[in-house]
Amino acid sequence: METTLSFGNYPKQSNQNLIKYFWYNDLQNIGEIKGDILPYGLGKSYGDSCLIDGGTLLDISGINKFINYDEETGILTCYAGATLADCIDFLLPRGRFLPVTPGTKYVTLGGAIANDVHGKNHHKAGTFGCHVTELELLRSDGTLLQCSKTINSELFAATIGGLGLTGIITKVSFQTVECPGPIIESESIKFRTFEEFFDITQNSENYNYTVAWVDTSVPGRGLYNRGNFAPKSRQKPYKSTNGKMLPFPLNMELINPLTVKAFNTLYYNKQLSRIKKADVSFEPFFYPLDAVDGWNKAYGKKGFVQYQFVIPFDNYINVLKEIFNLITRSKLSSFLTVLKTFGNIKSPGMMSFPREGVTLAIDFKMIGDALLKILDESDNIVNSVGGVVYPCKDARMSPENFKAFYPQWTDFAKYIDPKFSSSFWKRVTKE
Amino acid sequence: MKTVLIYGATSAIAQATAVNFALDKWKLLLVAKNENKLNDLANDLKTRYSADVSTFYFDAIDDATYQKSFDEALANAGAIDAVLIAHGTLPDQEKIASNLDAINREIVANGVSVVNLATIAANYFEPLGKGMIAVISSVAGDRGRQSNYIYGAAKGFVSTYFQGLRNRMFHKGVSVLTIKPGFVDTPMTSHVPKNFLFASYPAVGKKIFEAMKAGKSGVIYVPGFWRLIMCIVKSVPESLFMKLKM
Repeated sequence: METTLSFGNYPKQSNQNLIKYFWYNDLQNIGEIKGDILPYGLGKSYGDSCLIDGGTLLDISGINKFINYDEETGILTCYAGATLADCIDFLLPRGRFLPVTPGTKYVTLGGAIANDVHGKNHHKAGTFGCHVTELELLRSDGTLLQCSKTINSELFAATIGGLGLTGIITKVSFQTVECPGPIIESESIKFRTFEEFFDITQNSENYNYTVAWVDTSVPGRGLYNRGNFAPKSRQKPYKSTNGKMLPFPLNMELINPLTVKAFNTLYYNKQLSRIKKADVSFEPFFYPLDAVDGWNKAYGKKGFVQYQFVIPFDNYINVLKEIFNLITRSKLSSFLTVLKTFGNIKSPGMMSFPREGVTLAIDFKMIGDALLKILDESDNIVNSVGGVVYPCKDARMSPENFKAFYPQWTDFAKYIDPKFSSSFWKRVTKE
Repeated sequence: MKTVLIYGATSAIAQATAVNFALDKWKLLLVAKNENKLNDLANDLKTRYSADVSTFYFDAIDDATYQKSFDEALANAGAIDAVLIAHGTLPDQEKIASNLDAINREIVANGVSVVNLATIAANYFEPLGKGMIAVISSVAGDRGRQSNYIYGAAKGFVSTYFQGLRNRMFHKGVSVLTIKPGFVDTPMTSHVPKNFLFASYPAVGKKIFEAMKAGKSGVIYVPGFWRLIMCIVKSVPESLFMKLKM
């Protein structure tokens, strides 16, 4: 099978089967499938954590029905293939919203938990896993386990951020939050240095949602976006855009150092004043890239890697500068670079990536060994200051660095279902 | 509140149609073989759309369940305004081509059972002088092709039966609608490579709902361009058609 099963389209893997499921009822007997298996959702993981070379992917995105909504508690229960977009369509007209949302609404609930995704409100709400009240796990021996902070709590902790390795997440209950409507009062502030970024961060305590875009061609400058849902008086009715996306023109390779530099310069200068305030819909605010289906194709056939790490606050500006130096010295450029601070709310997930500090996410077009070498160097810097790299975006970190980032991996391994594995897991646990 | 009875409710097209009926506040009587799937579907419609849903069992290859399921649904709702017969299977033509039992099963599942249910519905609506009987037939029934002719034959049988039924019911005030979807991207066709001719099932479900709500009698192709395609396919002389690989 020709594979574009991961979002970054790197590494390529053709030696795997994919079975599509549409009903919960059809998941019996997964233990009888030959070889390794791995649950699969919408394939938004960038690297190889959603792939299983030589095995079978169980695509559960079709098992997406809603099961229950408790109006009193605001807890929504769905099969794990339901997407965040499906949940938003349901919640917003009821004056509710997701407790945490990543940068795309086209991910399944199962995927959101398996990668313990975070969003612009990490400093206020933690990760998605913090709001999961209960989940059901199907193991390959056919057992169904209800897991929560109090029941099967260790398996619950292993499954949140567990990269789909502990079994199939079949059902999910999570706490939704109050929301006045689809409009966000947003503010975009230009900064010219990491020091300015630091100052704005300090002064953004009243904002639930914060994130910054940075220009890799002029390190340190960027746009700081922050916002809150606007008060009721300024809200508008919600109209769903679920599934309504412009298709990306097929296989056009648009991203090269020249277009990246031009884009970055234009993007930074699109705003003339230092501060721009506007009421915007939550969709461009949270999901600017969801408007175009398959934008990842702009990186061309070789694909791209996304690199995200978090480092502790101590001395972070110097560490960022060091890493940016490494990048600019090697003439790499990045189309989308995102900088954000994580708060101190701890996720129940044993292998969760987010932790207190500063996180940077960078896209690199796959250009081969030169890139891989620089990212290894960057890993070493991250490791030396006690930071970690994000598995769900990874396609290349070394086993040594993975084991240093996540020393708890040996404990976690005890909870992995014996039939489950992934290309990522095989790669990073290699002796 | 109006009531719609849907056979084969767990099929993707039927589900998409049911969502539209639920949004329009119809009471839903859903009939299918697999009760676990039916319960999942009913819960989803209740949770998402606050729909009024009841579910009933029937098996397309068990004729004892045809009248029984209709009677149970009618007893539950008191009255029925519209019936959609949407169940079906898409067999692997090559596998069943020489197997009598398999062919008979497919003909019953896709043809005989459909005609039985339509007759039961007609018996109910005729004395009332109103009602709607809709069926999901297929463009495959318009002309037999080597790749798909058992399924096609059953659908052709259904289409011809519905022509006659429509003609008869026209004089009784009952609408009879034959729906002929082209290729639709559903679980039933998940093993088939997709091309630009494939429509999405939510779009097809919406069209079916709109035609049923409007009380349309006749034949609709969904999407509409299939009428033209099938007009061309049907006009190819048999002497030439038999030589084609379709």
